[in-house]
Amino acid sequence: MSAVTASPSEDGRKLTIHIDGRFDFACHQAFRDAYEKPPRPKDGFVIDLGKTTYLDSSALGMLLLLRDYAGGDNAKIRLENASSDVRKILAISNFTQLFDI
Amino acid sequence: MLGHSPSISVLIADDNMTDRMLLSSIVRRQGHHVLQAGNGEEAVKVFEQMRPHIVLLDVMMPVMDGFEAARRIKALAGEALVPVIFLTSMSEDEALVRCLEAGGDDFLPKPYNQIILAAKIHAMERMRRLQATVLKQRDELARHHGHLLNEQRVAKAVFDQVAHSGCLGAHNIRYLQSPYALFNGDLLLATSAPGGDLHILLGDFTGHGLPAAVGAMPLADVFYGMTAKGYGLAETLREMNAKLKRILPPDMFCCAALISVSVNRRVVEVWNGGMPDGYLLRQSGERLPIPSRALPLGILSPERFEPTTQFYSVEEGDRIFLLSDGVIETTNHDETLFGVERLEAVLDRNQDRDRLFEDIREALQGFHGESRDDVSMVQVKVVDTASLPPVALALDRGQPTPTDWSVNFEFRAQTLKRYNPLPFLLQLLQEVQGLKAQSGDLYTVLTELYSNALEHGVLALDSSLKRDAAGFAQYYQWREERLRQLEEGYVKVGLTVQPEGRSGGRLVITVEDSGAGFDVASTLARVNEGVAYSGRGMKLVKALSHGVSWSDDGRSARVEFAWGAEA
Repeated sequence: MSAVTASPSEDGRKLTIHIDGRFDFACHQAFRDAYEKPPRPKDGFVIDLGKTTYLDSSALGMLLLLRDYAGGDNAKIRLENASSDVRKILAISNFTQLFDI
Repeated sequence: MLGHSPSISVLIADDNMTDRMLLSSIVRRQGHHVLQAGNGEEAVKVFEQMRPHIVLLDVMMPVMDGFEAARRIKALAGEALVPVIFLTSMSEDEALVRCLEAGGDDFLPKPYNQIILAAKIHAMERMRRLQATVLKQRDELARHHGHLLNEQRVAKAVFDQVAHSGCLGAHNIRYLQSPYALFNGDLLLATSAPGGDLHILLGDFTGHGLPAAVGAMPLADVFYGMTAKGYGLAETLREMNAKLKRILPPDMFCCAALISVSVNRRVVEVWNGGMPDGYLLRQSGERLPIPSRALPLGILSPERFEPTTQFYSVEEGDRIFLLSDGVIETTNHDETLFGVERLEAVLDRNQDRDRLFEDIREALQGFHGESRDDVSMVQVKVVDTASLPPVALALDRGQPTPTDWSVNFEFRAQTLKRYNPLPFLLQLLQEVQGLKAQSGDLYTVLTELYSNALEHGVLALDSSLKRDAAGFAQYYQWREERLRQLEEGYVKVGLTVQPEGRSGGRLVITVEDSGAGFDVASTLARVNEGVAYSGRGMKLVKALSHGVSWSDDGRSARVEFAWGAEA
């Protein structure tokens, strides 16, 4: 089972979303809630992939949804701590061009 | 106090009339409808006619005992649950086990305890209803599933009409795809461009089912439409991206690999956005990866989408191999991925390229033992265009056609940078009925003359660079850089159509560029000796058209196409 948790920074300007386990369609609602429920952070989002074991194309779609929510081309989203497997998937789809990794 | 069961009908079978009457009155008092039988055979008969909800059976009865009656009643009931409760004065464990083995659901020891009896009928009725609900839902599900499959079948038939207007059946294309790949989001399209180039697209939509299939339709439309009009990969990609961006929700996109195989020019052009590495498999055994260098289609806005393609020189017998992620993402029982290394090991081991798919499938089966339904693969062999079916011609619709006219165009630097004028020119010439039969040759010649004028003339690229693979890559890299930096220069195209005889005619094409020109005589001599790597274009033009000539130190080329009265 995977778990999605959101933690705002102390000053509330940044929102970090942690995804533990598999990042796939099963997390859809939890991931959406994680970025839609807290107040919109001024300095953008951080997605912590440190404990993400796997990421599939629907996860890429969810990242695009977040990007759309966070302002499209002006969105500030960082992906952090990705393992080499996860990094490989992001690289094949060239998501490196859309997100800071 | 137990809640009352809703009234149901209960069959009571006992050869002992006193016991039967006693039990009947208890059950009736609890609000149920009672049916009676004096032995097993009667019980089966009553069950057949009246279909009671629950059956209470004495074990020892004449004619047919309770065990046999239970078996027959269960058989008659089929999938529906008809709870059978055995009435027994036996207390040995073994006898009770036999009751259950005979298909009984429970047993009730004599003498009867009213409260226990009510509780058991209540519990059995609950089970019976549960089973009935499950069956009903299962049947509903099966019906929905049948509907869905039927809808998919119809949708697929419609889609195949669109998708198979292409040339997936050509003898140099081999592919493997699940019949319902469309509903896994996989898409494979192939078609010939007017000059005979083969365009192939292998795509993979995020998501499954209907949404993926819906996106495939417009993509196929753009792919076929633009290729037929003579557009190149870059223009087709731009249009596909813009269309998908417009119609798909933000979380949906399409990974795709698009290739154009030009046999005439011995060039393969490729673009890969988000698909696993494809491969150029050379006759010599060399293997070159075709990696993903771009974002998938449908993510970037049209203003930000700038497709850059790569070019490879190829020889007859070389193959291009593309695959979907189903291959490398197949997992075994320990959740280990098949992965790129194992795939490349198969590519190295494979002796007969015609058996490549089989080898890969065997390796996947050996690795996993279970096949996935989203594995798509395609390979195209570079063969002589002459061996391919001719490009379908537009039918003569009897429209009047322009027979005596001329136009001149000048395409200047800012236009040359991004715009490909060939489809536009071809479209114009398609209006001339007599030229339709030659439109493939016409397109090839126009393409050659235009790219010569642009690349060797305006961009001053030296074709001798293309001698080896490294130079080849360098050539196209410079082509891109110089185009980007282009500030001045032009390509002029003149078209003149004149009637000849009753229904014949002649087309003269002139292409002129702003470049430095070239030594026509010595270049032609080298082409004729077959020593020039670059002469292919000139040779092709000579072979496909009438009266080729160069003037103004090679800056201006002139060719003719003629058609007779019966053409």
